[in-house]
Amino acid sequence: MFTTASTASDKLLQMFAAILLFAAVVGVILFIAGRFTGKRDPLVAYLYLTPVIIMLSVGLLYPGLRTIYESFFDAAGNTFIGIDNYTTIIGDAEQRTVLRNTAFWVLLTPFLATGVGLLYAILVDKARVESFAKALIFLPMSISFVAASVIWKFMYEYRPDQGNVKQIGLINQIIVWLGGKPVQLLIESPLNTFLLILVMIWIQAGFAMTVLSAAIKAIPDDIVEAARLDGVTPWGMFRFVTLPAIRPAVVVVLTTIAIGTLKVFDIVQTMTGGRFDTSVIANEFYSQSFRSANQGLGAALAVVLFILVIPIVVYNIRQLRRSEA
Amino acid sequence: MTTSTPVVIESPDVPGKKVSAATAAKRKLTSPWASLAAIVIAVLWTLPTFGLLVSSFRPERAIKTTGWWTFFSDPKVTFENYEAVFDPDSINLADFFLNSIVIALPAVIIPLCLASLAAYAFAWMRFPGKNFLFIVIFALQIVPLQVTLIPLLTLYVDMGIANTFWTLWLSHSAFALPLAIYILHNFIKEVPASLIEAARMDGAGHVAIFFRVLLPLLTPALAAFGIFQFLWVWNDLLVSLTFAGSPEISPITVQLSNLSGTRGTAWHLLSAGAFVSILVPVTVFLLLQRYFVRGLLAGSVKG
Repeated sequence: MFTTASTASDKLLQMFAAILLFAAVVGVILFIAGRFTGKRDPLVAYLYLTPVIIMLSVGLLYPGLRTIYESFFDAAGNTFIGIDNYTTIIGDAEQRTVLRNTAFWVLLTPFLATGVGLLYAILVDKARVESFAKALIFLPMSISFVAASVIWKFMYEYRPDQGNVKQIGLINQIIVWLGGKPVQLLIESPLNTFLLILVMIWIQAGFAMTVLSAAIKAIPDDIVEAARLDGVTPWGMFRFVTLPAIRPAVVVVLTTIAIGTLKVFDIVQTMTGGRFDTSVIANEFYSQSFRSANQGLGAALAVVLFILVIPIVVYNIRQLRRSEA
Repeated sequence: MTTSTPVVIESPDVPGKKVSAATAAKRKLTSPWASLAAIVIAVLWTLPTFGLLVSSFRPERAIKTTGWWTFFSDPKVTFENYEAVFDPDSINLADFFLNSIVIALPAVIIPLCLASLAAYAFAWMRFPGKNFLFIVIFALQIVPLQVTLIPLLTLYVDMGIANTFWTLWLSHSAFALPLAIYILHNFIKEVPASLIEAARMDGAGHVAIFFRVLLPLLTPALAAFGIFQFLWVWNDLLVSLTFAGSPEISPITVQLSNLSGTRGTAWHLLSAGAFVSILVPVTVFLLLQRYFVRGLLAGSVKG
């Protein structure tokens, strides 16, 4: 039951066994809880929480603390080296490129994705085919980052500029149609980083559009009507009515996308593997930990990621609270 | 997806006609230009996927020598690419597809079961340390997975379950619990106290209340989280790459990513493979849009 399943039937059996095992755990807990009658809430409550507390302690809390601890050790994880890993991240030329790229990602993606999403939400609002039009933009959100990367890698495909060789990537074909020479889009730095960022924008615009469209529809009609009777111009309507009303939603969208972008790994991994100066912190963590076997540096990169996420999350939650209130 | 009744845009001068702020703002661009801009964005967003979809049905030679846009002047259709990715001797996508399913189902059901219990306790029971525990669990939502991976891997090796589905089931379940508890708790909390009280008066215990009163009401929340988690696990690459290196247990995303790395120019395989991998999420999305969006909005900071 706890071995590597290799045949299809083994896999399915193991899957059902796992589900049954956890169903049994829940069953036992409910059975014991059923024995308690009357006012013994605390006991039953702790019983209900036991599996969750165990799983979170072992699966999140302990590993998180352990990683922080390990970030102060060397590559093999044996010798304490203080904050050397962190100074490497700030000082080393290669790691600086990683930090620079991460900054590009986090600064560009949220604003551009939100911009496109907001524009589109306004454009298709109350159009005849609104739900269809929205589904088109939203679809990339449902597929994996890996599939999205394959889709865009094909767009960026490059064929050398010689003889009868034809371009098969649309972007390079357009460049050729416009009279230019094909470019190795995924190899030339820093252009390649911006092209990877474009994939993330493509994915996240649908998220921004959905949230902002809901916010726009929630604006009370009488406010809009009052402004209209005052003779506000359409731009004024957007600037002084729509935007202030959806501001909390915009902030939530911006911060949410920023958090997702900080942790982006799949796109870089699938499109370039972090080569050609395209690595970002989340990808560098993986490379250092599993490819270069530099556990200490990998751990430190993960901690840096965590530290960068915290302020954005705190801000996000505060805004959420405010918009809910 | 929020669907609204389609409304034909009225001219701005119709007196007394209510318009939304967005509609009003849009008039700046006068309707034809607004439509054009919307169409341009829609085309830009659809074209990349469309190009790869067309390519997945073109013969290998055609894909490698001409652009997919030439398909319309010289249409040649084949299913060979799809046959090739399912070939058991090479890409063998069927096995990885099965792995994805085997990974995803328990990774959805386990956290749902455990989180329901916990959410019930948080919403309707009184016990010391309740607020503190709830805040800790809520805060754990934001822990980036990267922080947990290496110690977890070591732990799994020590437990002797490295390279089994258990590593993925346990990891995905643990990562999902904070969000699941949060969503379910918010939902259970909304159930009117009078319903619970009435059941208590009838002599129902916690177990009976949970199953007879709450569970039927909880379906939308369970669906929203279930669908979100299913797609999250189905689309995951990082956790799978870390724990499921061997092809016996790795999901379809890992195989697709490997293919992109090792055979980055085999576009006939990559295109077909990509579409096989997105078949499930796109179907789920189209059929269950409403729940999907609800889950997505709630789970946006996860991972």
